Amino acid sequence: MKARNKAVEERRCIRLMVNGNPVELDVGEGPGSVRTSDTLAHTLRETLGLIGTKVSCDHGACGCCTVLMDDRAVNSCMTLTIECDGKSIKTIDGLRDPATGTLDPLQQAFIDHTAFQCGFCTPGMIMSAKALLQENPSPTETEVKKALSGNFCRCISHYQVVKAVMSVSGKGR
Amino acid sequence: MTDRYRFIGKSMRRNDATEIVTGGARFLNDIKMDGLIYGKVLRSPHPHALIKGIDKSKAAGLKGVKGVLTWEDVPDWRGGTPRSTRILDRKVRYVGDAVALVAAETIEIAKEALRLIEVEYEVLPAVLDMEEALKPGAPQLYDQFPGNVVTPGVPFFGPKSLKDIVMGDVEKGFREADVITEGTFGYENIPNPLPPEQPGVIALWEEPNKATLWVSNQASYMDKITLFHVTGRKLDVRTIGGPCGGSFGSKFMSWQIQSYAILLSRATGKPVKMVMSKEEHLATFTLRPSSRITARVGMKRDGTLTAVAGTWLVDTGYYSMTTQSQVAVGCGELQIMARCPNWDLRNTIVCTNRNASGIVRGFGGQELKSSIIPLLSLAMEKVNVDPFEFLKKNFVKPGDGYFWRDGLWYTYRGVDYTKALDKGAERFGWKEKWKGWLTPSSVDGIKRRGIGVGIHGNADIGEDASEAYVRIQPDGKAMLFSCVTEHGTGQRSNFLKMVAEVLQLPIDQISIAPADSLINPYEFGPAGSRGTYAIGSAVIAAAEDARKKLFEILAPKLQADPEDLDTVDGFVFLKANPEKRIPWKAMGVDRTCTGFGRFEPDYSLTTCIMSFVEVELDTETGKVDLIRVVNATDVGKVIDPPGLEGQLNGCLGSAGIDSAIFEETILDRSTGHILNANMIDYKWRSFSELPSIESVVSETPFESHRFHAVGVGELATSPGPSAVLMAVSNAIGKWVHEYPMTPERVLRVLGKVKPKVRKGKGGAA
Repeated sequence: MKARNKAVEERRCIRLMVNGNPVELDVGEGPGSVRTSDTLAHTLRETLGLIGTKVSCDHGACGCCTVLMDDRAVNSCMTLTIECDGKSIKTIDGLRDPATGTLDPLQQAFIDHTAFQCGFCTPGMIMSAKALLQENPSPTETEVKKALSGNFCRCISHYQVVKAVMSVSGKGR
Repeated sequence: MTDRYRFIGKSMRRNDATEIVTGGARFLNDIKMDGLIYGKVLRSPHPHALIKGIDKSKAAGLKGVKGVLTWEDVPDWRGGTPRSTRILDRKVRYVGDAVALVAAETIEIAKEALRLIEVEYEVLPAVLDMEEALKPGAPQLYDQFPGNVVTPGVPFFGPKSLKDIVMGDVEKGFREADVITEGTFGYENIPNPLPPEQPGVIALWEEPNKATLWVSNQASYMDKITLFHVTGRKLDVRTIGGPCGGSFGSKFMSWQIQSYAILLSRATGKPVKMVMSKEEHLATFTLRPSSRITARVGMKRDGTLTAVAGTWLVDTGYYSMTTQSQVAVGCGELQIMARCPNWDLRNTIVCTNRNASGIVRGFGGQELKSSIIPLLSLAMEKVNVDPFEFLKKNFVKPGDGYFWRDGLWYTYRGVDYTKALDKGAERFGWKEKWKGWLTPSSVDGIKRRGIGVGIHGNADIGEDASEAYVRIQPDGKAMLFSCVTEHGTGQRSNFLKMVAEVLQLPIDQISIAPADSLINPYEFGPAGSRGTYAIGSAVIAAAEDARKKLFEILAPKLQADPEDLDTVDGFVFLKANPEKRIPWKAMGVDRTCTGFGRFEPDYSLTTCIMSFVEVELDTETGKVDLIRVVNATDVGKVIDPPGLEGQLNGCLGSAGIDSAIFEETILDRSTGHILNANMIDYKWRSFSELPSIESVVSETPFESHRFHAVGVGELATSPGPSAVLMAVSNAIGKWVHEYPMTPERVLRVLGKVKPKVRKGKGGAA
C-alpha cells in the first residue's frame, strides 16, 4: 500500500474503476481533485456525483456507506480515496444492468419483500448482501445475519431484509 | 370472508421502491444547487454560562467564509412553549448550545472558522437533576420560568388543555382498595430515537421576508407553521419535503437548525445547507423526555383500580417545545390504558442544563407507562392478579371515556380489543408460560427465562387536521396532492391505494405531488398513527369529491343522473347498464376535475397494541437477551400487510423495547457532557441479535372511514420497555426498576456486584 501511495504522490493522480467505468482523478486541492484527506464516500458523492451511497455516522459504525472494493464490502467513509488507486469500486448506483436498466436480482428481492422502511440504510444493506452473495452464493440465514451485522437500521427492516436476501440465496449471481 | 377490495389490503410494491433500492432516492444531503454554501455551528462546552464576549473577526476573515453570526447579529426569534428560547442567546444552557453560526464555501472551511472564533464565558452553576432543579436556590435557566418549572398547558390545545388527571375522589378510592402500593419509579435513560439520516436543511432567503426550505422531515408542512411562530409571525416559509431518512417523531421539529440556515442565507444571499454530524445528532438533537413518578395506587382483589394519586415529574432538558403536549397526551393515554374512577395525578415539567427533550414515538405515554406500570405491578403482585388479565380488563372499552389533550371528555366508540389481545396471548402461550409474579417461566442452569406484557393505546389516530386534493385528468390518470413526506411507513403509497380504490383506477395511473407547501393544502403530517385514519380520511374525501364532480360533468353525455354512474379503469358507465360507458376524456381534453377533502380532528377512537416479551438472562454475566416478542393489535382493516409488519417490527428500534435492555444516552451529571455521542458507544440492535418476532393482527371493522381502518405504527415501541422490566423481574425473582437492564444492574440485583455510589439521582449509573 505504501509503495502504491508513493506512486500516487509521484503521478499526482489516481486511477480506479467505478461501476465499470475508468476514472482518473488529480490529487490536489482544486475543484474536482482528490485531497489526501478525502474519503471514498466523499469522492463518490461530492466529486463524482454518485449520491446513492449514503453517509450516516461517518466513522465506520453504521454501514450505510458500504460499497464493494474489488468485490469486498468496505465502509467508504473509513477508506481514503488515495488508497483506492488501481481498485475496482462498485456502488449501488451501478448495480442495475447499465445497458438494459434491469435491476439486480437482489434489488428486485428488496422491492418484492418491502425490505425497507425509510430506505436510508438500504443501499448499504444491499451492497453488504451483494458482497456476501458474490463470495457465497448460497448463504444460510445465520450467514446473512452475520454479513449484515455491521449495517444499522432503525426502522427495523431486518426481518424483511433477511427474507429478501434468502430469496436469492442459492439462485446464482 | 372474500375480500371486496381490489387494492386495499393487498401487498404491493411501494411507489418509491425503485428509487430506494437503486440509490436514486434524493435525501436532503443528496441535493445540490448552484451557489450552495455550508453552515456549521459553534457549540458551548459548558452546561450553563454567560457569553461575556465573542471575537469573530479572525473567523470572518478566513478565505471562503461567507458569514459569521452571533447572538448580537440575529433577530429575536424564539422557540419553546411558551416562547422562551432565543435562536442564539447571550446565555448558553447546555453542553452543545449554539454560540455562533458560520457559513462558508466548504464544510471544511466552516469547521476551520469555528476554531477561530474566540468566546469568553462566565461559567454559571448548572443543574442536571429535576428534583435538584426544583429546590430553592437552584440555578435558574430562564427568568421566565421561576423554579425551573415550565408553564403547563399548550395554547393550541385550547383553554382547557390537559395538564393533570384529576377526577373522582381518591380518598374514597383508597378506602375501597384491597391493596395500596406506592413509590418512586422512573424512565430516565433519555434514549435517542436516532434515525440514520441526521437532521438537516437547505434554506434560501428571499427579500423581504420569505424563505424556501428543502427538508427531509416527518411533517414538512408543519415546518412552515412552526417557523412562522418562531419568527414572531413574520416569515413566509415554503417547505419542499423529500424522502425522510427516519424520524420516529424526532424530525417532526427541526426549528433550530432550520432557523440557523435561514439566518445564514439571509446574511449571505446564498442557499445554505446544514447537516448535523452524527455526534451533533446524538449530543444536541432532541431526546426522549425523562420521566419520574411518585405515586400511590389502590387496587381491588379482582384487579379493579380504585385510585391513582401522585406526581409526575418530567425533565425536558434546557427547553420544551412539545413536552407539555406530551404530558397532555401521556395523561390521556394513561386513562385509556387504566380504567379508574378516581385520579389525582399532578404533573410538573422541569428545565435542566442538558440537551432538550422532544418528540419521540410513544409521545409522553411511553414515558409515563414505563414509569407507572412497575408501580401497578407491585399492586398486582400483592393481590396475585395476572398482568395480562389486568391490562386486558382495564383497557378502555366502548362506552368508557377519557379526558384527552384538550381537556375535554370523549366517549370511546371503537372496537373492544379483548379478542385481539386474547389472540396475542394464545400465540405467545401466555397461560402456559405464566408461573406467577417473581417466578421464572423456566430455569436452565445459569439461564433463567421470564415473561412480561405491556400495553399502549392512544386517541391521536384522529388528531389534528388534514387536507388533500385529488385531480382527475382526461388522460385517464389521477393525481393526489397531499403534503405528506415518506418517512418509512409507506403511507404515500398507501394513500395512492386509497385513491385507486375509490376511483377503481390501476395504481400506476395515479401519482402523488411532491410534498411542497406551495402546491398542497394543509397537512399536519404522519404522526401519532394518524396517517391511516386522519390523513386517509382527507384523501378518501378528496377522491370521492373528484369522482362526484366527474359524474356531474359526464352525466348529461350519458343521458343519466350522476347518482346512476360508476367508474372503473378510467371509464364512466351506467350502473344499470355497464355496456353504456365513456372514457374520462369525454369531459374534454382541456379540463381537469379536482376534488377536495378535509379531515376534522376526532378523539373518540383509540388504537391499541399489546407486546408480550420473553427474556433470558445469564446469571453469570448479567446479560439480558430478548428471545421473543409477540405484538397483538386490531387495525380494523390492514391497508398494506408488509408495511404494517415493518411498523410493528419497529418496536425494537428507535428508543423502544431496547431502551429497557441496553439503549441509553449517558449523561455525565457532573459536567453535563453526553459520554456516548457516537454510534459505537450508543448501543443499537444488530442483525446478529434478532429475537423471534410475530404480529397477531385482527381486523374488526372500525367506524373510521370507508375502509374501516385505523393506524397503529407509532405505538409499536411503547408497550415493550415496561414489559421487559416485568420479564426480567420474573426471571430473577426480584423486582428490578431501572432502565435499561444492563448486565451491571442485573448483577447488582443478584448481589454479585456492589452498588456504585454516584452523585445525583437517576439517569446513567
